[in-house]
Formats: sequence, C-alpha cells, structure tokens
Amino acid sequence: MNKEINTNENNFEQCIKCTICTVYCPVMAVNPDYPGPKQAGPDGERYRLKDPKFFDEALKYCMNCKRCEVACPSNVKIGDIIQKARLDYSSKKPGLREFALANTDLLGTVATTMAPIVNGTLKMGVVKSAMHGIIGVDKHRQFPSYSGQKFTTWFRKNAQSKQEEYSRFVTYFHGCYANYNYPKLAKDFVKIMNALGYGVHLMDKEKCCGVALISNGFKKKAAKQAATNLDCIREAVRRGEPVLGTSSTCAFTIRDEYEHILGMDNSDVRDSVMLATRFIFKLIDAGKAKLVFRDDYRRRIAYHTPCHMEKLGWSIYSTSLMKMIPGVDFVMMDSQCCGIAGTYGFKKENYPYSQKIGEGVFRQISEIQPDIVATDCETCKWQIEMSTGAHVENPITIIADALDVEATIAANK
Amino acid sequence: MGAIDQNHYDVIVIGGGVTGAGTARDCSVRGLKTLLVERFDFTAGATGRNHGLLHSGARYAVTDQESATECIKENMTLRKIARHCVEETDGLFITLPEDDLAFQDTFVKSCLKAGIRADVIDPAEAIRLEPSVNRSLIGAVRVPDGAVDPFRLTTANAVDAKLHGAEILTYHEVISFIKDGDRVVGVELRNNHGGEIIKKYADIVINAGGIWGHNIAALAGANINMFPAKGALLIFGHRVNNMVINRCRKPADADILVPGDTICLIGTTSSRVPYDEIDHMKVTPEEVDILMREGQKLAPSLADTRILRAYAGVRPLVAADNDPSGRSISRGIVCLDHETRDGIPGFITITGGKLMTYRLMAEWATDLACKKLGRNVKCTTDKVCLPGSEPVKKKSEKPVFGGIGDRAAQGRHGTLSSKIDNSNKCDASLVCECEEVSVGEVNYAIKELDTYNLINLRRRTRVGMGTCQGELCACRAAGLLAKANGCAKKSAEDLASFMNERWKGMYPVAWGETLCEAQFTSWIYEGVCGLDTYSNSAVAI
Repeated sequence: MNKEINTNENNFEQCIKCTICTVYCPVMAVNPDYPGPKQAGPDGERYRLKDPKFFDEALKYCMNCKRCEVACPSNVKIGDIIQKARLDYSSKKPGLREFALANTDLLGTVATTMAPIVNGTLKMGVVKSAMHGIIGVDKHRQFPSYSGQKFTTWFRKNAQSKQEEYSRFVTYFHGCYANYNYPKLAKDFVKIMNALGYGVHLMDKEKCCGVALISNGFKKKAAKQAATNLDCIREAVRRGEPVLGTSSTCAFTIRDEYEHILGMDNSDVRDSVMLATRFIFKLIDAGKAKLVFRDDYRRRIAYHTPCHMEKLGWSIYSTSLMKMIPGVDFVMMDSQCCGIAGTYGFKKENYPYSQKIGEGVFRQISEIQPDIVATDCETCKWQIEMSTGAHVENPITIIADALDVEATIAANK
Repeated sequence: MGAIDQNHYDVIVIGGGVTGAGTARDCSVRGLKTLLVERFDFTAGATGRNHGLLHSGARYAVTDQESATECIKENMTLRKIARHCVEETDGLFITLPEDDLAFQDTFVKSCLKAGIRADVIDPAEAIRLEPSVNRSLIGAVRVPDGAVDPFRLTTANAVDAKLHGAEILTYHEVISFIKDGDRVVGVELRNNHGGEIIKKYADIVINAGGIWGHNIAALAGANINMFPAKGALLIFGHRVNNMVINRCRKPADADILVPGDTICLIGTTSSRVPYDEIDHMKVTPEEVDILMREGQKLAPSLADTRILRAYAGVRPLVAADNDPSGRSISRGIVCLDHETRDGIPGFITITGGKLMTYRLMAEWATDLACKKLGRNVKCTTDKVCLPGSEPVKKKSEKPVFGGIGDRAAQGRHGTLSSKIDNSNKCDASLVCECEEVSVGEVNYAIKELDTYNLINLRRRTRVGMGTCQGELCACRAAGLLAKANGCAKKSAEDLASFMNERWKGMYPVAWGETLCEAQFTSWIYEGVCGLDTYSNSAVAI
C-alpha cells in the first residue's frame, strides 16, 4: 500500500472491472473467439497464476494495439499482461511463418540485395497462393516492396561525412522499414534535421527494435536485440544526443515494451528516445528552431492515429507540425485501429478480421477524399494503401516535401 | 399412518455443514432412510468460514499427537475420495530468524511419530519451490499439506446422500424436539423462507450443528459445554503462493497462508467470544492488523496485494465433561450418546473435530446410530469416491478456445461438470467473469444443487467470490434466478441482501482497490439500478 501506484507486480489487481477496455478493443468487436482484454488480461491472469494450464491460446488474437490500456481509467497494463502471458505460457512454438515475419533484419538484408526479383516474386499470384497454403501468410496481402539500396548504404556513401560540419547532433533510429523498404523517409529526416542545423549520427549496431519478434513469440532473440540497441542508445545519450525515430512503433517498443515485456531496465535512456516530430515540435515551441515552408505546397491531408501513437500520446506533435504548413487543408480522423497491427494482419487466420477492423478507417478516408493520408506507422501505411488505394506518407516526408530548405537553413543559422 | 410413514426416517441429521452432510452421506450409503435439515444453507456456518486447509496434521504434531494422526489419515483419504475438492500443493513450515530453530527438530520428530512425512529442506530449495516465501527464512520443512474446498466438499457429500436416497431440507430450522417420554422421536421444523411449521420423525436424531449444536442440544434437554473460539481470516485477490506456508513454531495467530482456488488466505486469529455473539461475527481492525503484520512475515508480497475481504468463523471447541471450566479443551472429535450421558434416548451429538476429520466424525456418529438401530453395516466412505471425484479413465481434457470457463467448472464440479450444458452460445457466456462461471453452470446449480438465492449460488459455483465481489455477476445471476423462480421482486430483494453481504466482508479492509471497487459497485447498484430502495434488506445468510 505504501508503494507508488502501478509499481508493484500486481498491477492487474487495480482493475475494478469497469469493462471500458472491452469497448475500445478493436478485435472483440469483430472476432467472437477473442475473449477480450479484460478476460484475457486481468481476469485470466488470476487463473494463470493458479495454474498455467488456464492459458487460453485465443490470446493470440490480441493485436497488442494497447487501446485497452489507453482506455483503462485504473492504469492497468492490460496489453502488457496479455503479451507477457503469450510469451510465458503459450505451448505453441513459433513456426516458419512466424520466423519469416519476425526476422525483419535478416529478410530485409537478403531482399534488398535482390530487390527487383523479390518484389516481382512477391506480387505473383502463384507465390502468394503458395505462401497462403504452405506457411499461412494471407494471399490477399500486398507486401511492401524492398528498396534496391539500403538507407544505411546510401547514408555512408552520400551523407555521413557532411554531418560532421554541424555543431549539434541527433542520433537516428531508422528502423527496418526506412532502411530496407522506403529510404526516402530516412533521407527526408536527414534533410529536415540538417536544415534545422543538426547533424545526424546513426547507431553503431542498430538492430530491429524487436516488435515483430515479441509478437511472434521470440522473446530471447528480442531481448538480445534490445540489449544491443540499448547499448548503442546509451552511447548516443552519453554524447548528449537524443535518439530520434520516424516510426511510432519502434519508438514505443524501445520506450515501453523493452521494460514491460522484456523486463529490461531502460529507465536511464527512456526519456531520450522519441519520435522526430516530438523533438522538432518541442524545439519550435521553445523558440529554438523554425521551419519555413514553400508557398506552392497545397495538399488536403487526413491524419490517421496509429494505435501505438495513441498509446504514446504523441499524435499532437505530428499533427501540429503538419498544421504549420500554410497550404495544408488538415483533417483529423477519428482514432481507430486500421487492423493490420504489424505482422498480425499478414496471417491468414487474422486477415478477414484485420480488414473488418479497418473498415472504419477506410470509410473515413473515402469520405474525406484526402490527397495524402498522413500516419507515423509504416504498417498502417501498408494497410491503408492496400485497402483504400490512398497515398500514405509519414508526417516527416510531408514536412520535408513542403519544406523550403534554403529559407529554413537561413532561419536556423 | 401413510402420512406418518412418509415423515418417518431412520435418521434425521441436523446441520448442513460438512459434518452434517458427511453424516447424511454415511447414513444413506449404509442404507438408512435419512433426512438432512439445515436452518439456512449448506456451509453457512463454520464450514464456510475457515482456511480450506488440507491439514497434514503437522501443525498439531507437537501438541496433540491424536489430532495429528487423525489428520494425516483423513488427509490421505480425502486425496482419494474427494479429488476434485482437494489440491495437492504440499506445505512448508518455515523458521524465521526470530524463531527458535531448535523447535524444528522437535517438530520433525513429532511429525514422523504421527506418521506425517516431514522433510527438512534447504532454505534455498524452499525459495525455489515457493518463490513468494519470506527469503530471510533460516529453516524449512516440507509436509503433505494441501488445499481443500469446503463448499465443494459439502456439496459433494450432499449430492451423494441424495443419490443414496436421502432427503434434504435447507432453510428448515429445528424449533423443538418431539419426545415420547425422554426419548427423542422427531423434530419440529420452521421453514425459514415461508414460515410454515412441519414435523419430521425418526428413530435417531443426530445433532451436527457445530457451535450451534450447543443450542440444539439444549432444546433436547442436554447440556454441552462449548466454548466458541473466533478465528478471523483475510482473503487476497489472487494466489501469491502455490504451496501452503506455515510458521514452524507453536501454533499462534496468523501463521498459515493457504492457496485456495484463485485466491489465497491468511489466518487465523483466535479469541474466545460469548455464545450470544456467534451469529454476529465481525472482524475488528486489530485483527486485520495482526493478520497483515504476521502474514507479511510468511510472504512479504502480501503487503501490496489486494485484500478482497475479511471474515471470521467460530470453532466448536468442547470442554471435557469432567472439566466444566473449559481449561482442558480438546480439538478432537466429541461423539456424545445422550442416552447414556443424559438419559435422552434417540439423540446423538457429533461435534468438536475439524474440517479435516469431518468424514471420521460422520463415521463415528453413523456407527453409533447403526448400533442403536441394530444395523450391522460397515462404513465405506473412506474408500468410495464422492460424486465428481470418480476416477477418469483417460485424460480427455483438450484445450479449446474460450474454454477457460469449462476448465474452471471442471475444477469446481469434477466429473459432474459433464452435467453442465454449455452447448449454445448463450449458455456458454459468462455470468461471473472473475471466476469464469457460465450461464450453464448457474442453471445446473439452480436445477440440481439446492440453489434458491444468490448466496446459495455463490457457495455452489463461486459466483461473486472473485475480484469484483459481485459487481458484474450478481445482477446477471439474479436475472437467471428470477427466471427460474418466476419472481423478479424476490430476486431484487435477494440481490440487495447479497450485495450487503459482500460489503460486510469488504468493509473491514475497505481501502485501496477494494474501496474503489466497492464505490464503483455502489454506483452501479444504487446509482444505476436503483437498488438503494431495497437497502434495508437484511444481510443474506
């Protein structure tokens, strides 16, 4: 009782059974086989503590969106309880599909070297059918295409040496997507930071944040990668640099999941890890930086809040920056899950639910008719692009595209 | 004459605790025409208010070899015949730095002498086996303690009695004995629901009323010298420990922590209370303090574990007949033949004892009844499994989605859970989410387990026993009862009194999350459901 709220291991006992979480759970609304966050989380935990045989394999339907945690008025870490239970109690061993979906670094490295072949192959109907039937990756799913050149390769060749001309620095956690699939995002980040007068450092040995490893049952490997990342992050923090990301899920994983799910102490560096939009907004808000935008940028932009962004509470930073662009007609969408939840929506048993969950988001987009849907999460981007045909970009890319680089450099001299 | 025959039994057993239900089972199994009467509900007295500890007997080994020997014998019997009511957890007797480690040697020797396995284990091994144990322990002994669910055990005995032809009348209170001269020939009963008075006749009446047996005996004209001893306990929100944890020292306050189903409980205190208070047990702040202070010494994490409720039971301690002062009080079994003791033929009292020895008590009482009836039938209750605990041929438990409720029900009803019909979606949906009780399970209890109100239902199924203490389940269950009983108004009153009963147990520990929960519950039931119009309803029994 004398302990600080939420610091004890019995966090689930703070649940007062108000059941609000079940209303906010996107899965429960579409999949009757999922017992829901209350049942799977705090209620089930009591039974699992009694006997692990009470673990219910239906917990695999949890998307780890954490919307239950955002909704919970008692601050119960419902999503964490469920994720931990899956890792600790599930008797189902991850298979080939889980291995392939979770090991983003391995796949990305191989795929980028053979990008045209891989991209072409993944689009072939026969390959999709084979993957659907044999390993259980849904055939309807479009795979993000791989870039022919990794961001890190480009950076070393073209940008690294110039960074030392700056006097202030940030460290960039690019994540797998920006590195293997969409280096433009990472290049846009470098462009903005440089314009603001910051040099960009990469981490010595960046590994995938591990979110896909966690959700596919590879706890040990996730912990190993987390340890490497935390070492690099600590080094950056020792140099006095914040560690910025452009993917809400990577930032969320490093800040929250490392500690809550993997049990790793990241308290010394947690506050230094954040999304680039938050860092930039705070600079501007404190009068320490200015963004100058082109006059000719005209776009109708709808912002979709990724679930992990909702959990971080940071969409205000991304949206505020975009609203600073004079030519932007900004529409804030109702915060709903798009349904993909990382690798979740790739699995054939989840695909129909995934699309059903996303219906609200898809409908909003068709009503708003935006030029661009902005969102901070790459898997939301895939889902929305595949399901609506809309053009989706990260807010960083939108800001970079609208930026008057010369004027911004001058304003921040 | 027909009417008299219908109302005539070989044996009437008074008391719906585990001893009464066990005695009714034994009598009916031995072929006696048996009636069991209980003034309220099964387990409404001390049976429903104890630790639920499957004693190995180790606790009594040093001070009371006889009780210890009885315990270990019954312990091994219950593991066989009441499998679904028992959890074989084993127990630790730990020595803390403030205790005398030398006592451990005496303890182990006494256990072995009583036939109780007692292995001295390394403190590090004890921590490995039971991570919640106080890590500063300096000694540990492992004994065959376990957990036993007294509600399930009583229900199973009652079910078996019925299967063997016994009749059961709950909510029927003995208001007087019918006598033929000095001989007891029957009882006059008041229906505590409707108020009507009925008469039932028997050759033998067995008083198994626990501490209330004192009054029952007095009605028959016999005096039993009983000393009510109150024991308070606290229930925690989840299992902190999976093994029983005891202190290795002379028995004292709050030195046993028992895992029981989804919860764990610490107890007990021990204090003499006046006889006229036994129907109004309240847990005092001082008792809560003692339980918390001593409990944390067994398992430090209890300090920040949610306490669900506090309750107190009354032990039926009996003074030896030659010692009316009560100085030499036994916890052993007392079986009184009032014919030889008080000159009242046809009347037997079975009392004293413990939950652990209920079956042996039933055996003694039934032996005496059979002797008086001239029936020479041997007791078999130590060999024949209770309904629900029959051996299953093959492990047919396969994990299915949404099957937690089914697995929980299997734990509660054993093989009888096959009688629960969860075949359609509505029946499979949950009434009680904390304890995973389905609509089908509630309907089974209403149909087959003498369930008339919510408190009966709680004792049969654990509805309302979980973290929310009835917040979500009570109104759903009340709805099902209303449907079964065809009366919504009665159900609303029942609901109000059930919520009052839940609050009574939460009140002594109403802080932190328990207080939040209670406040939220009151918003729902008073604010939303308007149940405050029934707020003067009595606390349910």
